[in-house]
Amino acid sequence: MANGGTGTKIVKWVDARLPIFSFMDHSLRDYPTPRNLNYWWNFGSLAGVVLVVMIATGIVLAMHYTPHAAMAFDSVERIMRDVNYGWLIRYIHMNGGSMFFIVVYIHIFRGMYYGSYKNPRELLWWLGVIIYLLMMATAFMGYVLPWGQMSFWGATVITKLFSALPLVGEAVTEWLWGGFSVDSPTLNRFFSLHYLFPFLIVGVVVFHLVALHTSKSSNPLGIDPRGPQDTIPFHPYYTVKDNFGLGVFFIVYAVFVFFAPDFFGEPDNYIPANPLSTPAHIVPEWYYLPFYAVLRAVPDNFVGQWAGLGYIIINAKLAGVLTMAASILVLFALPWLDTSKVRSGRFRPVFKWFFWIFLLDVAILGVCGAHAPDEPVFAWFKGFDYLTLAQITTAYYFAHFLILLPILGKIEKPLPLPTSISEPVLKGGGSAGASAAAQPMEKA
Amino acid sequence: MANSTTAPDGGGETRRDFLMLATTAAAGFGVAAVAWPFIDQMNPAADTLALGSIKVDISKIAVGQAITVKWRGKPVFIRHRTAAEIAQAAKDDKAKLIDPQPDGKRVQKPQWLVLEGVCTHLGCIPKGQKSGERKGEFGGWFCPCHGSHYDTSGRIRKGPAPSNLPVPAYKFLTDTQIQIG
Repeated sequence: MANGGTGTKIVKWVDARLPIFSFMDHSLRDYPTPRNLNYWWNFGSLAGVVLVVMIATGIVLAMHYTPHAAMAFDSVERIMRDVNYGWLIRYIHMNGGSMFFIVVYIHIFRGMYYGSYKNPRELLWWLGVIIYLLMMATAFMGYVLPWGQMSFWGATVITKLFSALPLVGEAVTEWLWGGFSVDSPTLNRFFSLHYLFPFLIVGVVVFHLVALHTSKSSNPLGIDPRGPQDTIPFHPYYTVKDNFGLGVFFIVYAVFVFFAPDFFGEPDNYIPANPLSTPAHIVPEWYYLPFYAVLRAVPDNFVGQWAGLGYIIINAKLAGVLTMAASILVLFALPWLDTSKVRSGRFRPVFKWFFWIFLLDVAILGVCGAHAPDEPVFAWFKGFDYLTLAQITTAYYFAHFLILLPILGKIEKPLPLPTSISEPVLKGGGSAGASAAAQPMEKA
Repeated sequence: MANSTTAPDGGGETRRDFLMLATTAAAGFGVAAVAWPFIDQMNPAADTLALGSIKVDISKIAVGQAITVKWRGKPVFIRHRTAAEIAQAAKDDKAKLIDPQPDGKRVQKPQWLVLEGVCTHLGCIPKGQKSGERKGEFGGWFCPCHGSHYDTSGRIRKGPAPSNLPVPAYKFLTDTQIQIG
């Protein structure tokens, strides 16, 4: 962009006063990127693009939406029926939420498999977890806005979680509601915060990128680049690769928007909110299901029968809430719980298996969250219900972080690491790991 | 900054240190004072609080019947209990209760049970108001969300809810009219 006549002069004039062009050159063009990144490394930039799509569609939707208990549902229906292309913009926004979580979940699990959270990227990982927490809060408040039955009852159940806090619980809940139940004041403030939070996410994303560009990108081999022969400039190599991935992603996204827009949604949310009637099954959006299963997995008769003071401080509801909070907050401790010095799962023969078991465990938790707790898992075996399954998988979830990862790092014998990223490639391929790593570079 | 101006007697504390602390404390107090309106604005507003009480005519509720009225955005159950239900509730005073409370403390007149109809677990509306609905194992209410069972006095007997259905503040204006709130 900096070549040519008057263009160059203008660029130079601006850049001497506001170094925006050299900043962009530095972070999007010259940024030295490991040459062996595979397609799992596409999902970070993909998440950034979805964030922009969500903000753009959200700002437009806010022009037509009315945050009032008596009018919210109708205003969303008006967007769907009367506003020009309102149906399209709302469906892009609605499905964008699910797409955002799919992309971010892949991004998180990629980080887990390749040990991207390890030294020196602990803070980079922390910022990612904070983005994820902000996303969950944003998505929750956004889901309340259409003011359907699931909006209302989801909001009721989740805000009621705060009433589990000892002593101040009720006061905190009424403070969140601005009343004595989820009502217009609640909806109005959720709208305000739903508009605000994405910009907080943008802010943390900036920090996430600064941290990334300081510690530099990780890579599938998990070894540090040893010199210029191990890296390639971000542009054009990864801009072209990211854009190709973006094209594929948009095709998938468009399939949902145009052919199955309500695939991820709950039909009950097309019934206007009714504070006097609870739906038979309150189900959160799919991306919360594993945590919802953890919330319900705490056996109430286990802690619920504690007497006296102990009961006030920690009852079943609070225990469930604390367990759910811990299931997310444990991610902050991950860089220190994983004691292995080897980053990439590719060179960790035992960890590799436990990674996939963990992924399966989270998927099963998600299934548990979608079913009623007392529903049998198998129709032919009544004794085994989803509550029991959720309890087993919750226990395993925590065991993975608190027991398996610390021990594995100590006892596992990792495979020998390649000496550099480029060496096996330049020598014409060596070990299986090295040839796999070479493929993306050939494409790039 | 502070170490450039040591006290005349050579001690660590200086006038400047003191001023720094005092200024910081005053500023901190000011920030807290300004923060409070921004926190408190989220609490229930005056008009929300003003909707705090309603009058209900209970003359049309037959024995064994229950009605639901909306108070402060949530349902209030008013149940005209049968003699059998009253007897059962009194008998259950001695049963093993999760949140022990005698039936006598939960009613003003034994035949009239007035409750906030919000499950104390996570805020669903328990079933059991209409005649065909599942009333749970103890003949009171049953919450379909996570399976809490309430008895004929609205006390939690089984399930994840931690406490009894709360009794709102109410009074009998006449024999056939009550004021809730």
